[in-house]
Amino acid sequence: MVDHEHIIEVKEMVKKFGSFRANDRLTFYVEKGEIFGFLGANGAGKTTAIRILCGLSYPTSGEIMVAGHDVYREREKIKRKIGYMSQKFSLYEDLTVSENIRLYAGIYGLGRNQIASREEQLLERLALSHIRNRLIREIPLGWKQKLAFSVAIFHQPAIVFLDEPTGGVDPITRRQFWEMIHDATEEGITVFVTTHYMDEAEYCDRVSIMVDGRIDALDTPAALKQQFESKNMNEVFLKLARR
Amino acid sequence: MNRFFGFVKKEFQHIFRDVRTLVILFGLPMVMIILFGFVVTTEIRDVEVGIWDRSMDQASISATQKIFASGYFIPAGYLQHEEEIGELFRSGRAKVVVVFEEGFERHLQRENRAAIQLITDASDANSAQLSLTYLQGVLMTYFQSMNQEIEMPWSVNMKSRMFYNEELKGVYMFVPGLMALILMLISALMTSVTITREKEFGTMELLLASPLKPREIILGKVTPYVLLSFVNAMTIVLMGFLVFGVPVVGSLWLLMLECILYITLALSIGVLISTNAKTQQMAMFISMVGLMLPTILLSGFIFPIDNMPKVLQWFSTLMPARWFIVVIKNIMLKGTGFAFIWKETLILLGMTLFFILASVKRFKIRLN
Amino acid sequence: MRILLTLLVKEFKQIFRNRLMLPIIFVIPVVQMILLTYAASLEMKGISMAVVDQDYSQASRLLVSRFEGSPFFEISLTTSDYQKAVRELTRDRVDVILHMPHEFEKRLYSEKETDLQLVVNAINATEAGLVNAYCTRILFDYNTQVRAEWFGLEGSGRQTTLEMIPRYWYNPLLDYKIYMFSGILVIIVTMIGMLLTALNLVREKEMGTTEQINVTPIRKYQFLMAKLIPFMIIALFELAFGLMIGRLLFGLPIEGSLGLLFLFTCIYLLVVLGIGLFLSTISNTQQQLMFLAFFFMITFILMSGVFTPAESMPLWAQKINLVNPVAYFMKVIRMILLKGSGFRDISREFFSLCFYAMVILTLAIANYRKTT
Repeated sequence: MVDHEHIIEVKEMVKKFGSFRANDRLTFYVEKGEIFGFLGANGAGKTTAIRILCGLSYPTSGEIMVAGHDVYREREKIKRKIGYMSQKFSLYEDLTVSENIRLYAGIYGLGRNQIASREEQLLERLALSHIRNRLIREIPLGWKQKLAFSVAIFHQPAIVFLDEPTGGVDPITRRQFWEMIHDATEEGITVFVTTHYMDEAEYCDRVSIMVDGRIDALDTPAALKQQFESKNMNEVFLKLARR
Repeated sequence: MNRFFGFVKKEFQHIFRDVRTLVILFGLPMVMIILFGFVVTTEIRDVEVGIWDRSMDQASISATQKIFASGYFIPAGYLQHEEEIGELFRSGRAKVVVVFEEGFERHLQRENRAAIQLITDASDANSAQLSLTYLQGVLMTYFQSMNQEIEMPWSVNMKSRMFYNEELKGVYMFVPGLMALILMLISALMTSVTITREKEFGTMELLLASPLKPREIILGKVTPYVLLSFVNAMTIVLMGFLVFGVPVVGSLWLLMLECILYITLALSIGVLISTNAKTQQMAMFISMVGLMLPTILLSGFIFPIDNMPKVLQWFSTLMPARWFIVVIKNIMLKGTGFAFIWKETLILLGMTLFFILASVKRFKIRLN
Repeated sequence: MRILLTLLVKEFKQIFRNRLMLPIIFVIPVVQMILLTYAASLEMKGISMAVVDQDYSQASRLLVSRFEGSPFFEISLTTSDYQKAVRELTRDRVDVILHMPHEFEKRLYSEKETDLQLVVNAINATEAGLVNAYCTRILFDYNTQVRAEWFGLEGSGRQTTLEMIPRYWYNPLLDYKIYMFSGILVIIVTMIGMLLTALNLVREKEMGTTEQINVTPIRKYQFLMAKLIPFMIIALFELAFGLMIGRLLFGLPIEGSLGLLFLFTCIYLLVVLGIGLFLSTISNTQQQLMFLAFFFMITFILMSGVFTPAESMPLWAQKINLVNPVAYFMKVIRMILLKGSGFRDISREFFSLCFYAMVILTLAIANYRKTT
């Protein structure tokens, strides 16, 4: 795709909690179809920003457009076009794998036949068909996360927001997870992902690095490494944090 | 030891941060005592009475006036037909209908006797009976005043003495029960839910992994509630005295000691519940159903134990509140000393020890 | 509509998968209804009395036999030692002391007047008042009897007597249980409905699953309705179940139309569960919610007239009762069940609750935040 449409456009976004600025005049855009990495240490303001973009939280000021809609006035329209996987795990623990899929598919208004066939495909792809009737609380964390991601893109949103999706899982599962993210972009889904694993930043098309509520750097991983004269993203990050 | 105090301080801060719960914790006893003092009374006031006067003569009219002049009854309407009685009752506009027979005054004058029918909506048996008793009293007094000129040859007079509550205030009955209830609510319910919450969120594991001993953790969790409960108990005593004039006839020190014993008992029950409950909801329902309702119903708080079926009376002996209420009534209202309540105190003490041992044992099993 | 259905399926699955639910829905209410109905009795019987007879005369013995014959009193102690009787009163072993002093009979002849002392443990004021009234009545009869038999006075000769004929409608045997039972049924339907609804939503908040729901295009009313409807059905079921138990165990009469009762209950549940939802929108933790809900519930229930008639409450309490849904339901369920009242009789309560339901549900929906 040669189309360089900006699917997310943020200008001077500020979010204050009392006098504390969690997000300080953030300005960036995300191109359609890219994987945009949103990096930063814990407490840098990543989750705050992602919650605003998803319409879960009001910004204090700034101009923000997501999927062509304004976050102040058209939050409900935005919600039809996005998927979200939160840091705090949010599949229903007391429902089965299949019931969770059907629930979210139903909420987005998918038809019954459509749900059934896609569920089949999905479970096969994840190789989870044998545990479709197990409760979420009974399956391992890695599987849960893959499933949560699949559920978040089940209704084929334009953008999916992932808030630290790979926290606490082993390197192999993380690898598989990133393969799934790549597959999603092939289907035309834009991915907005926060993480504090710097090696994961290498998989992104572009990354921004947040420090203390501000974006300190934003470019492709290659360009950033060059700019900061580093071998890997980890070094870039450490240099930024020490500044 | 410092570590322990630090932990207790943290627990305190945790409680005081949630202003709303705190307001309810302190407001609840006040609201309850006002409700029980003013609202939940068995007194008769403003009972709606319908009149079906079939004779409309001097005597019946003046009797009607007497009824409404008594202050207990207000008119709900004057009826013409029998069917209207049912209508009045079904729509709930009257509790009692008074029917004067035809020729009421004529009967009185010629035969010296006349009849009045008092029809009452007895779906509420209790208040129906009470209103009837009052109504009969009013009519009786009125017609007896007609007989005043007749002298009584002799009579046995009754002098009644109302022990412990000369003015017959309803609130006397409720203050001890309210203390038993509120202390149980705060101590047992709050602790069981707080501890279970830590379990549900996995923070209990964190605490257990810390250098704090399990005993210290439980004590730390429980200490703030001992104080909160104690303050609440004293609030009730103070409110009872200031608003309703309920005295503390006996020793205030003894009263406080007994309160602390009961609070400890309630807390140990709370801890025991929390060692058994997996979720907050479960802890809540065990506390509510297993403790609150029996405390209200089987302790003699509202309903006298003597009137219950034997099985329930037997059950009530298992309720700590039953014994606590006896103790409080004795100290506060009767002013008796320890000699009269040592047995109840011993029972409470025994229960406390039992629950503490049981929860320690459960806790150890869980740790292993 | 399909979205609502999807959500309802989810709620029902979760509710019935929770192993706590079955005992809460089935066992606890049954136990409570039976236990409470037997325990919650204000009927009095067998007041234990100590007789202190220091006279041992014909007059005193006749009086004692009068008390023995009364169904209200049980003489558990007869002594001549007044102090001993007082000690028994202090120990709660007797409720009332009847004390006839020396020369009780002698003074009756010589002074035409004699005194008798009644000592009542008055901590329970209502009971004490009634004990006093019963004693007065017994003494009145005693006086009449003695005057007639000993002194040959026909009391009624020139006296005007008034015959008062009491009639107890709807409940001629004055069975207190059916009245209590209907009240307890209200409490159970209310508690289960309100608590379960409110806890359910807050629990989701606490667990973080609402976050995932809030990011979907779901409408607030859809989400809240899906929280409300299952518990409404459970509460209605609870009512049916309770009516059955009442019918079988206590002979609860069902005079009016069951259809009307269930219709009214639906509206009532909209209000109560609406309050539950509203409370859960303003709470963040289950603990906070529990205290809020407990506070409102106990106030509502005590003021509703479950034990004592709401009409006898002070005016300010009656004003508060205008916003107390439990008071409406408490009144109406008894009207329909025990008296057979029809729609016209309860129309004022019906429309008031309809209005109330609209207000509270609007508030709950408006107050639920998908965005913070």
